[in-house]
Amino acid sequence: MTDTTLSSAPAAPPARPALDGLRRVGLAAAGLALFILVWEALPRLGLFNPMLLPAPSVIPAAFWAELQSGAWAAAVSASLGHYTIGLAVGSVLGLLGGIATGMSRLAEDMTSWVVRVLRPIPGLAWVPFAIIWFGVSPSAAVFIIAIGVFWIVFFAAHGAIRGVDRDLIEVADAFGFRSGHERLFKILLPAAMPGILVGLRTALGQAWMAVVAAEIFGVPGLGQRMIQASSLLATELVVVYMLTMAALYGLLDTVFVAVQGWVLRWKA
Amino acid sequence: MGAAMESVIDIEGLSLTFTRDGQRNEVLRGLDLSVPRGAFIAIVGSSGVGKSTLLRVLIGLATASSGTVKITPRPGQRQPLALVFQDSRLLPWRSVVDNVAFGLEGGGLSRAERRAKAREALEIVGLSHLADRWPHQLSGGQRQRVSLARALAVEPEVLLMDEPFSALDAITREGLQDELVRIWQLTGKTVLFVTHDIEEATYLADRVVVLAGSPGRVVADQILDAPRPRRRSQSQEPDLVAGIRQHISGETMVDGTGI
Ligand SMILES: Nc1ncnc2c1ncn2[C@@H]1O[C@H](COP(=O)(O)OP(=O)(O)OP(=O)(O)O)[C@@H](O)[C@H]1O
Ligand SMILES: [Mg+2]
Repeated sequence: MTDTTLSSAPAAPPARPALDGLRRVGLAAAGLALFILVWEALPRLGLFNPMLLPAPSVIPAAFWAELQSGAWAAAVSASLGHYTIGLAVGSVLGLLGGIATGMSRLAEDMTSWVVRVLRPIPGLAWVPFAIIWFGVSPSAAVFIIAIGVFWIVFFAAHGAIRGVDRDLIEVADAFGFRSGHERLFKILLPAAMPGILVGLRTALGQAWMAVVAAEIFGVPGLGQRMIQASSLLATELVVVYMLTMAALYGLLDTVFVAVQGWVLRWKA
Repeated sequence: MGAAMESVIDIEGLSLTFTRDGQRNEVLRGLDLSVPRGAFIAIVGSSGVGKSTLLRVLIGLATASSGTVKITPRPGQRQPLALVFQDSRLLPWRSVVDNVAFGLEGGGLSRAERRAKAREALEIVGLSHLADRWPHQLSGGQRQRVSLARALAVEPEVLLMDEPFSALDAITREGLQDELVRIWQLTGKTVLFVTHDIEEATYLADRVVVLAGSPGRVVADQILDAPRPRRRSQSQEPDLVAGIRQHISGETMVDGTGI
């Protein structure tokens, strides 16, 4: 009987994803605990000067004091402001530039040398001009952040648009959608979306680094507060802000990944 | 049948040459074809002879090097032609129903109206229950049927079909063939059906056009007047099938030795 041969087929190895997941979380937590333990031990055992490396146990109190004084909220909201505006400006311009050069050979050819000259200049190299043009002001920080974001999004969008399968563009053509506008919105943008979102996510992280760099020059925000703290040797405050940045970035990235997952829910 | 003499598509002296890296590849030369309104024409020919290219010229995806193509739609026809691609080419970011509704956009219909029409088209190909799936969740045959529904949804006068059923299993294929004939009889559409399967061509069409040679041209044009519904059990006209086969292979052999 065929039945018997079927039932004697080797059983698949038992999959236990739930247990596996639990194990992973457990290991991660254990690793974190160990990290904190070692960190705490270093200054306590006198292996490190506590002035130079604050123990983790002093961080909560420092955070609480900073929160009470209102300095934390002020720094975070100022930095988030620079971050959001810089990210938005850089992304929109990068997207526009990337789409234009991705769709039009003329635009690509005309900009190719300009791009080659400007692209290798690191965002921080723009600090002198940022200060000359905008002074030590939020606009200068926004400018520096936006430049870094611009290039990332520009190249991501350009490559993604350029890489859209010609076969899909033909579908639009076959149904009579032949204007640049129809092509862009019906085919190119949705088809390029995965690549564009990868670029935006990279920019999300890159912009955060630029925030600190831009503010170190005196624009009020997290970066400036860190520099102030370090000049007073308030190292525990420096750590507070380091962790603040990590937390804010983690939060933003998590939200972004969730949105990305929803937008790209059509993917296999 | 009185208006049967009136053509919806008139092709005269169509030639097409691809040029790549200075290399000229003449695919079609001096092709003439007149498609009467309401006809069901099968176009057969061996691989690479230019069948897809011919459909692409008609839908405007390729441009003829010379010759004329005249399309005379009925007045008020928004989109006279629709193409079912050889590969289904669904847009992966659209759900099945929105893929089918694709061609209806920009025609003044609301989103709800477009979806309603798309659901009707899905009904015809028997896939209404998959309306909300993503294309990657479909089988190859289901994708091909969605692609057919997408073309039907715009209610074109002429349906151009490029080997639409070649990737399907026999049972699904036969079901869709009968469905296509039913749609054709019901709506009075004109169908240009490219296939490499002579049995399929003779089962479906009331005229078989054979393309052969390099560059390709029409080497045979055969009327099939077997009554419908047709029998599938054995080929209706074995002589005819043999003749068509000879035309296809004969020409390729000549071409193989000739160049
Ligand atoms: N864009 C193109 N550029 C250059 N050559 C092309 C192009 N498209 C098709 N060809 C060539 O034109 C010829 C005809 O191609 P076509 O796709 O029309 O064949 P076909 O009859 O549909 O074949 P099949 O049955 O395999 O689908 C082939 O030799 C092919 O290589
Ligand atoms: Mg083909």
